[in-house]
Amino acid sequence: MNSRPVAFSKSEMMIVAAARELAGQRVCFVGVGLPNIAVNLAQRTVAPDLELVYEAGVFGARPARLPLSIGDPTIVSGATAATSMFELFAFYLQGGLIDVGFLGAAQIDRFGNINTTVIGDYAHPTTRLPGSGGACEIAINARQVFVIMRQSVRSFVETIDFRTSPGNLGGAEQSERIRREQGWLGRGPSVVVTDLGIYHFDETGEMRLDSLHPGATLDAVRETIGWGIRVAPDLAATPPPSAEELRLIREELDPGGAYTT
Amino acid sequence: MADAVRDLVRDGDTVAIEGFTHLISFAAGHEIIRQGKRDLTLARMTPDLIYDQMVAAGVARKLIFSWLGNPGVGGLGAIRRRVESDPPQLELEEYSHFGMVARYTAGAAKLPFFPIRSYFETDLPKANPLIRPIESPYGDGVVYAVPPLQPDVTIVHAQRATAGGDTQVWGLLGCQKEAAFAAERVIVVVEEVVDEAVVRADPNRTILPGLIVDAVVVEPWGAHPSYVQGVYDRDNRFYLDWDPISRDEDAMQAWLGEWVHGVTGRAEYVEKLGAERLAALRPSAAAPSGSVDYGEYR
Repeated sequence: MNSRPVAFSKSEMMIVAAARELAGQRVCFVGVGLPNIAVNLAQRTVAPDLELVYEAGVFGARPARLPLSIGDPTIVSGATAATSMFELFAFYLQGGLIDVGFLGAAQIDRFGNINTTVIGDYAHPTTRLPGSGGACEIAINARQVFVIMRQSVRSFVETIDFRTSPGNLGGAEQSERIRREQGWLGRGPSVVVTDLGIYHFDETGEMRLDSLHPGATLDAVRETIGWGIRVAPDLAATPPPSAEELRLIREELDPGGAYTT
Repeated sequence: MADAVRDLVRDGDTVAIEGFTHLISFAAGHEIIRQGKRDLTLARMTPDLIYDQMVAAGVARKLIFSWLGNPGVGGLGAIRRRVESDPPQLELEEYSHFGMVARYTAGAAKLPFFPIRSYFETDLPKANPLIRPIESPYGDGVVYAVPPLQPDVTIVHAQRATAGGDTQVWGLLGCQKEAAFAAERVIVVVEEVVDEAVVRADPNRTILPGLIVDAVVVEPWGAHPSYVQGVYDRDNRFYLDWDPISRDEDAMQAWLGEWVHGVTGRAEYVEKLGAERLAALRPSAAAPSGSVDYGEYR
């Protein structure tokens, strides 16, 4: 065990914490951006048997390099199956085979509802974002949803400008009722990992800070969230990245620092 | 390519250049720009750099899509500027990925709609009223319907086809099959033309029969800067370099002037890129498929 502490960035801590959340999971649908590096780290550490599912039409990817995008040729070579996108969305996702949908977000609210469509009014946006991609159906059909994103008052907001992907709607009671009545397969969001901490959702369906990353403070958390965030009474401290986790990120997965700088 | 685009793409058409990150026919998009087509409705799940370029060139009046970005890099500047301007200069019709795939599927199968379990409790049906809730005729709840999408022209890039248009693809399959079967006219662009015997030796690899293909164009490197599985990798430097170009309308027009209007076609574009840059895009090693035995039955 390396006893000398190694310096690490907030982004590295976020990716490591997100990867660790995948321990014990079997099938993960990989979203665009940060989820891509987190799941690839998980496959090399806590979850070697994790089946990576990419919306481009791949089940059981074993990427030899970090995919440059979620449509990279490395996700095909050596995979279990390369399918049409119809098959992927209809049979694998809507068919109920996905344990975890791993998403990024531009805006999120206290109930884990996500916006990746526009900032401002839809017809006259101040910022046009990418849109749903597969996120809307992942949020509805994956058994649970993990979110990874950096915190800021622009991203953690009281009211999102557009609901692209549903979370716990207006709270747990309403969300559970609607999901049951409409027969959704998904239970909704369960984890949000940021550059400052790890959040789960309490019995009311609201986000709650359960673990604070090393170097982060409660003040920094509160300053970057647009509502009064709930904090677990037994707030944990996230263990720092291990030397091996950092080596994998720096040497194997992201030597160019695309995700970490 | 010039003949295929002249004969098969008309002003005002709905054009789908499909291929999910993989096999995007930049060569066809550039030829459409060179020929100055107008008022096109461009359909694609992920508009990618090619539609950013086509929108900047002024060939499009509308986009039908599900994810708008430079994959792994950032945004699409030309499209964003036109959408964020007041009033917007580009019409958008927006779905989710499964919604777009379902639209092509309905279009190919001549169905009036396709039902999917997406869109519940989202703002997408408000943003696009063509996404509509529908009661199951069997009394087991509501799903969402999307309408068929039947492009006037679908253009796909492939590893290989026969001269007659029997087309084979491996790697990511995207929704090219659905988009082509849904279309009125189909252009296939390939890295190489092969004998019919090559196709017949591996019929599971065929995505399109020549029956539905109107033109086959041979255009090596025609998908650059996207990639062709087993032939060349994505030119990621191009995607990264596009970000600053795309943010600046003048830089973008200058790029189009040099790389699209400034060349006669793909062969000249490839020569201009240079052998060294292209050689670096070859796969690091071969990874051939295991072969299977179809057996002979007489």
